[in-house]
Amino acid sequence: MSLNSKHIKQKLTFFTPDFESEIKIPYINQGVSAGFPSPALDFLETAIDLNKELIENQKTTFYIKVEGHSMIDAGINDKDILIVDRTLEPSDKKIAVCFIDGEFTVKRLKLEKNCLFLMPENQNYEPIKISEETNFMIWGIVTYVIKKI
Amino acid sequence: MYALVDCNNFYASCERVFQPQYNGKPVVVLSNNDGCIISRSDEAKALGIPMAAPEFKIREMLKQNNVKVFSSNYALYGDLSQRTMSILGDFTPNVEIYSIDEAFLNFDGMNIPDYDDYGKKIKNTLLKGLSLPVSIGFAPTKALSKVANKIARKYPERTKGVYVIDTDEKRIKALKWTKIEDVWGIGHRMKKKMKVKNILTAYDFTEPFYESWIKKEMGVIGLRLRKELLGESVLGIEEPANKKSIAITRSFPKQLYDFDSLRERVSTFASVCAEKLRKQESCCHTVIVMLGTMEHKTPSTKQYYHNSITLPFGTDSTLTINQAAIRILEKLYEENKGQRFKKAGVIVTQLTNTNEKQLHLFEEENPKHLSLMKTIDDINKKIGDRKIKLGTQDAKTWNMKQELLSARYTTRFDEILVVKCH
Repeated sequence: MSLNSKHIKQKLTFFTPDFESEIKIPYINQGVSAGFPSPALDFLETAIDLNKELIENQKTTFYIKVEGHSMIDAGINDKDILIVDRTLEPSDKKIAVCFIDGEFTVKRLKLEKNCLFLMPENQNYEPIKISEETNFMIWGIVTYVIKKI
Repeated sequence: MYALVDCNNFYASCERVFQPQYNGKPVVVLSNNDGCIISRSDEAKALGIPMAAPEFKIREMLKQNNVKVFSSNYALYGDLSQRTMSILGDFTPNVEIYSIDEAFLNFDGMNIPDYDDYGKKIKNTLLKGLSLPVSIGFAPTKALSKVANKIARKYPERTKGVYVIDTDEKRIKALKWTKIEDVWGIGHRMKKKMKVKNILTAYDFTEPFYESWIKKEMGVIGLRLRKELLGESVLGIEEPANKKSIAITRSFPKQLYDFDSLRERVSTFASVCAEKLRKQESCCHTVIVMLGTMEHKTPSTKQYYHNSITLPFGTDSTLTINQAAIRILEKLYEENKGQRFKKAGVIVTQLTNTNEKQLHLFEEENPKHLSLMKTIDDINKKIGDRKIKLGTQDAKTWNMKQELLSARYTTRFDEILVVKCH
């Protein structure tokens, strides 16, 4: 809305507000009373976006659901959601989504001289030794675990 | 320098991303309604499975050879395509998305010392990050980059999936190797004419002797293509333009012959067309409805019936487009009574930008449509699956025949990959 200031004494021009606008403006609850303006206004920011905070490489990151208990000591439980980044390089102690003998699994990588082990984090499960013959690939590296409490 | 990046057997490769057990095994993907083969892995090609073969005709053969068959999962392919294109954008800001699985790149103004090396970097990034194999051809023009791409694809061992045409010697060798029908933009009809003239390879096409004939037969487009093949770049990276027409056509799982079922289908297609128009901010001036009877056994009896209405004003309203589509359908149905239809489609064309909409003096759409459509789009966006429909559309969703559909791993939270922790 604006006023036709030149002829303000003679007439007021009313403009209808445009409700079609798509522009979203952050809501500032400052009240209308005169006084010292909130110093926080200068620091107004957009809301936290978990996609931006938790995912470094958007294009190569996928969500994956866990089924089973072999990683509970690493804090990964049944039905948890994993954020898996396929760009990151696998290295010792990283938790990885692996494809082994026709199935996906999640395990901690353990690199020993020229030998790779997939380590469970649950004493009821055995480590898996990866040999030359194993049909094996590291699919991606787990970066976060999302769990419902 | 230009590059053409082409994903190898894109749909079949997408299926393997979340099901790596099919790496190295024959995989095929079927068209909508599980009709024909539309993508084949290299192993499936090696078995001699032809492209576009109807599934039911080769079902036994697929079974005998343990070929893994998938229904098309466009949610998955679309997402992986977007990720691919966006990764390509990390290697150059000049990307022209040419199709779901192809993109032209341009490297003008960039300092790349070794294109072969750069191409391998692109290839390996996509292979590691998305498990998608690509072939890349580099050349000084777009048409030549297509040729280079074909070489990279044809000789994966020797080229490692990347081929660079950077000398005249390589260019001539590549053109002599390329059959005329494999040249970008040479269609089936043109190919026949060329063969009569003894133009058999891309190299023949560039011979000075044929220049006037090309001009006569193909006009400026042919001359441009000739220049491109000679190494002079005349086609640049194209800005994404809005589509010139939008078509929604589907074949039915069963033949339809009653008017109500056909009206429901046409009504749904019209609604989707209108929604797509609004999304790209276009209005259409013409609505076309198409009906097809189709018999697999005797392709000669394949028949299409269509008709169109040109509207007095441009519109993106579901209501207006739907009304027009149903009026056409009524006429078509009346004219072809007793036919059984296997296919229908709605096409909207003669598109203009919504904000350049011309005001018509006498006939204008009810202005209330605008806000109604916006509300429908907002609600459908929020709850998904196009829940708000017209009365002529069925409450139940018509599912495509997709018996072999994989999960929508990347676009539905309840369908993400499940990994066993045993």
